[in-house]
Amino acid sequence: MEFKITMPRKRRELYKKDICACSIFGAMNRDGDRFTGDGVMSAIANMHVRGNGLGGGFAAYGIYPEYKDYYAFHLMFTGSNSDAKRSAKQDFDVFLCENFDVVYDEEIPHGDEATVSDPPLVWRYFVAPRKCGDETNLSDDDYVVMKVMHINTKIENAYVFSSGKNMGCFKGVGYPEEIGEYFMLDRLYKAYTWTVHGRFPTNTQAWWGGAHPFSLLDTTVVHNGEISSYGTNRWYLEMYGYACTLQTDTEVIAYAADLLMRRQKLPIELVAKILAPPIWNCIDRMNERERRLFTALRMVYAPLLMNGPFSIIIGQTGKMIGLTDRIRLRPLTAATRGSMFYLSSEEASIRLISPKLDSVWTPNGGEPVVGKLNNMT
Amino acid sequence: MKSFVFPEFHIIRDEAKCGQCRGCERQCAFGTHTYDPVQDRLISDDYKCAGCQRCVVFCPKDAIEVRPTQSPYRQNASWSREKMEDLKKQAETGGVILTGCGNDKPFRIYWDHIVLNASQVTNPSIDPLREPMELRTFLGAKPDFMDIKSEGDDVQIETKLSPNLTVETPILFSAMSYGAISYNAFRSLATAACKSGTFFNTGEGGLPMEMREQFGKCAIVQVASGRFGIDAEYLNCAAAVEIKVGQGAKPGIGGHLPGEKVSREVAATRMIPTGTDAISPAPHHDIYSIEDLSMLIYALKEATNYEKPVSVKIAAVHNFAAIASGIVRAGADIIAIDGLRGGTGAAPKVIRDNVGIPIELAISSLDGRLRKEGIRNRCSIIAAGGIRCSADVIKAIALGADAVYIGSAALIAMGCNLCQKCYTGKCNWGICTQDPRLAGRLNVDIASLRLSNLICAWSHEISEMLGGMGINALESLRGNRDHLRGVGLYEWELEVLGIKGAGE
Repeated sequence: MEFKITMPRKRRELYKKDICACSIFGAMNRDGDRFTGDGVMSAIANMHVRGNGLGGGFAAYGIYPEYKDYYAFHLMFTGSNSDAKRSAKQDFDVFLCENFDVVYDEEIPHGDEATVSDPPLVWRYFVAPRKCGDETNLSDDDYVVMKVMHINTKIENAYVFSSGKNMGCFKGVGYPEEIGEYFMLDRLYKAYTWTVHGRFPTNTQAWWGGAHPFSLLDTTVVHNGEISSYGTNRWYLEMYGYACTLQTDTEVIAYAADLLMRRQKLPIELVAKILAPPIWNCIDRMNERERRLFTALRMVYAPLLMNGPFSIIIGQTGKMIGLTDRIRLRPLTAATRGSMFYLSSEEASIRLISPKLDSVWTPNGGEPVVGKLNNMT
Repeated sequence: MKSFVFPEFHIIRDEAKCGQCRGCERQCAFGTHTYDPVQDRLISDDYKCAGCQRCVVFCPKDAIEVRPTQSPYRQNASWSREKMEDLKKQAETGGVILTGCGNDKPFRIYWDHIVLNASQVTNPSIDPLREPMELRTFLGAKPDFMDIKSEGDDVQIETKLSPNLTVETPILFSAMSYGAISYNAFRSLATAACKSGTFFNTGEGGLPMEMREQFGKCAIVQVASGRFGIDAEYLNCAAAVEIKVGQGAKPGIGGHLPGEKVSREVAATRMIPTGTDAISPAPHHDIYSIEDLSMLIYALKEATNYEKPVSVKIAAVHNFAAIASGIVRAGADIIAIDGLRGGTGAAPKVIRDNVGIPIELAISSLDGRLRKEGIRNRCSIIAAGGIRCSADVIKAIALGADAVYIGSAALIAMGCNLCQKCYTGKCNWGICTQDPRLAGRLNVDIASLRLSNLICAWSHEISEMLGGMGINALESLRGNRDHLRGVGLYEWELEVLGIKGAGE
């Protein structure tokens, strides 16, 4: 008689991450004048072949001036049919009403003739925190981050994909120009900063939540590349309460930016040196003061080094930042024309919407390019 | 009493080649070879042979071969030859069986069931011969937040940073004391550590006075239960201080350096009378609890003016992860964990072969535990016990270690062949002995070169593997279990290791 030992299959919690090659584009009016999304839509369409139609998205800043004091939540409800999506929304609404005062909510308008597949129910809420008990000690931002993490990890089929004030993300499965048409970004919204992403994912199944930009509060990230240090970045961020749920590596950049810039209040110049630090050979040749600073940064924040090829555009209220990995394995071009500031994977896309430029340059690896609103205090 | 134990090795001498130079007779401290002037030939006694291969390597005529003998007993899966002969030895002596080196039993070696990742297409692999590849590592506590003050371009760090060790490659030499190993072996480790930008660990035998100025800066000095060789200068000349609580080869057991190994120099370094036994008790008799440990940690920090990281070394045993988390909270900057296969100069065989858990599982569970408690940044982890090659090092780091200690690997580089007779003090390779005639065989220049070559070779290999994964700084692999997959492991093992199975 033969005995067979069978081990029960337990469900292990496995890391999942997604790899993509992509196109990114950003346009900002540094005077704060707002403009519609049609320019950036044609610019990203010009880089059509850098994506494969499995994801596209936009972040727009300054689109909700009438609700600028409220957090704008963009929600995605998924399910196999419209009833399932509606019921996911009902579950979520219960949670939302317990934790926030909802000032206004509506389904995000979309064009039905656009060629996108299997869209989820997409809704927006303008909310103010309603804190109780110990939560009153938290700042509004910390409270919102905590609740967003809760929704994205605990409430099934509901994903918050945008949670800042006076800004919003729009994203989905399709080419970015199709997503732009679906949400009618060329007609309905005016923003002073637009960032855009066209996606070419190479391993996971496409889903609407997995498209870029990734955001937390008003920080958004569009990303071209692969973060090989994802596992390391992830555990470090998890220690600070960031749950990585969206099965993609770009998420960690958004959370790292939030941790370093909002919570630890480090200036973007230093944050860039944490995400893409100078190599030791360079640090060892710096003067005493700089060497001490950069050595300390690399020592303390080693787990936040973003390793692997990337170029990213980080959007924040009043700011647009471009950054590439420290050995520049992905393209990024920066340009200015008057008050306009552009970042793009390819120069041709910038020239398409602004043939004449004051200056065009390729930023060095690990060196951030920062555009700021002129009237920002 | 007639011994019923058979010889473990068989010595074959090619009489046609042998020139009767009597080199083998001089090489063997166990007295295996003797010269018979009547026959003008050398006679070998298989019963005395330790299998260290010294005579084989140094025979000028290549006339000697030493082979392990076949088991003379009827095959028996339960009563193996080792079990039967250990039992006979005990019946003949009534004693505890001693041994040296690490656990040699066929427990699963997880390193050999873990494979590494490499980049294809979406992420370019990096050629370490053309691009920078950074292995520099900091060992010590890191703050949760770093406050800075910036005025224009001038940025000042406000947070007071804890002292950290800087290593250029994540490989350190494990604790081996002067007394257990010879002065030359000890000095070779120190020389190689300084040359390679890493550290050696003094063990608990103290640091000889004349070495302090030159080698103190690359020494981690140990404070163990015997408190041998400790004074303020010993603590302050070093780069870091390590409190040894346990050792992987003999968790729960103390140490015993027999009086015959305590020469005048060893005695001076340990600060004990010449020729007396140096006994390290099993526990520290001033540490019976975690709060006592905390007091010792802070006593050492006070003694070194808070300028040096304090490490605590424990053996990986069943509940060690929770204990280690307590040790971090007690103020340790570094946790060194020593696994089931950790080596020793002398340990009861029954302890060495049966106590402790494999280091691979231990790294993973400790790293996971500290992350869950949100205190992983407050200490560094050094893993020890069974690191055999650069792939083991890189896997240890991907599982969550900051660096590794190597002991046996360093000894093998110097000439050790793991004959496990360290406790006899008769090491023919001059490593684990205080006999001046034997110890003089180890040339410090050559042995330290062999050690620094090893570190150099492993560092190159680590760079190659990192580059293949598209990573150019070691810190981006630390705890990055994404880059590991298990082959031939049970579900619970994958779970403990925190890795996916291959193909998942």
